[in-house]
Amino acid sequence: MATYVELDLIDVSLAAALIVVNALISIALQLGMERQLAVASIRTIVQLWLVGLVLEWVFEIDRWYVVLLLLVLMTLVAGVTAARRDERRYPGMLADTVLSVWISSWLVTAFTLFAVVRGTHTWYQPQYSIPLMGMVLGNTLNGVSVGLRTFLDSVEARRDVMDMLLAYGGSRWEACRDTVRNAIRTGMTPIINSMMIVGIVSLPGMMTGQLLSGTRPIEAIKYQIVIMFLIASATALGTTLIALIGYRRLFNQDHQLLVDRLRRN
Amino acid sequence: MMPDATVLLEARELARRPTPSGPWLLRDVELELRAGQCLGVVGPSGSGKTLLLRSLALLDPLDTGYVLFRGRPVSGNGIPDFRSRVIYLRQRPALEAGTVEDNLRRPLQLYVHRKRRLDLRRIGSWLRHLGRRENFLEKRRGDLSGGEQQIVALIATLQLDPTVLLLDEPVAALDHDTARSVELLLRQWVDEQPSARAQMWVSHDVERVRSYCSKLLRMEDGRLYPM
Repeated sequence: MATYVELDLIDVSLAAALIVVNALISIALQLGMERQLAVASIRTIVQLWLVGLVLEWVFEIDRWYVVLLLLVLMTLVAGVTAARRDERRYPGMLADTVLSVWISSWLVTAFTLFAVVRGTHTWYQPQYSIPLMGMVLGNTLNGVSVGLRTFLDSVEARRDVMDMLLAYGGSRWEACRDTVRNAIRTGMTPIINSMMIVGIVSLPGMMTGQLLSGTRPIEAIKYQIVIMFLIASATALGTTLIALIGYRRLFNQDHQLLVDRLRRN
Repeated sequence: MMPDATVLLEARELARRPTPSGPWLLRDVELELRAGQCLGVVGPSGSGKTLLLRSLALLDPLDTGYVLFRGRPVSGNGIPDFRSRVIYLRQRPALEAGTVEDNLRRPLQLYVHRKRRLDLRRIGSWLRHLGRRENFLEKRRGDLSGGEQQIVALIATLQLDPTVLLLDEPVAALDHDTARSVELLLRQWVDEQPSARAQMWVSHDVERVRSYCSKLLRMEDGRLYPM
């Protein structure tokens, strides 16, 4: 028995009707956004509905290989998205972002499933593994793409300085160390900022969801604390990985900076 | 036959082509730089002079050929040590934020130079020679002219006691008097240890290089020709 109010189709339709507000504003001010609004509304409904159906099915059949396959797909999408956010490319960048997202999110989520959230029926129990992985991925994706962008920005901005350090006899690591550090620092900043203000400015989405579904606040915040630390460590890992892998790609064994590998789309 | 102990830097069959289908920017480069020598390379802009120096310092990957230092091939993890002895000086140095002194200290923080300390006495005498005052060391990057940045990079390099200097238009941004002082300084630097030091200049200024260098080569379309 549900401890919360279940919504029927009429309830959902009522909420969806709020899009009329957007439409009226667009029409009144001639923003020309009606088409976009319509597409966005339909996508919101269709995408979430499909996700709901898929999850319903995955929860229902409750098999480890189905859960694993879904987690792999989510990871790949996150990894590809992390690379797509930058207009620059170097050979192998897509593989690098996928690898960084993959290693960091899976390590941290595995730790959570096996060591933190004990007492699940199975290690892969979809009710836990899928939302946890989803949240970790969303944040790791951000960390990796911010880390990558900062790293490449910094490589472009400091290429002449790095070139001079190499010319003085610096190793590739000595030349690039500051660039890598800077990328990791910037990649980790957003999560530190959100840890600073969590619960003060707004209630996190997951906690809100748990409260709505009837969880006691004191239980909900425990999960939220776990999540914050999970996200923080996965982001740190992902950012560090992408900066270090990127460094290995742009410098070769002969301590040469291969800046020609970096191209813009 | 005398052993070629005096050859410090050697290049064999160097070639560079940045893209597999593109033109050769450097090809069939054979070169020997002997102790005590000042080798000049002249040629129009875009003829490959900078690329030649960068390739000799192994700062860019070579498509063919190899570089020998004192008769030994250089590669892999031997390269930083090689570059600490064969130093390429950019035409437009890239200084880091901070003062002149910060920039002079920067190369000393590198592992290969860990045994060196900032020698203010020696630096002071170079600066006086180049007509700079004592407070030059406190000047910040943003306050330096292009010529002054070149001076900072030159002194940062000289303090590392390199064996070979690869100089890319080293006096192009300098006024006439300072340019002469730099030439004099570089000549003295080689003459201090003529059996263990050499320098190579590239420039588009034929007259200047002719008056300064002991041997001249001409570069055209990526090839070297005698002059």
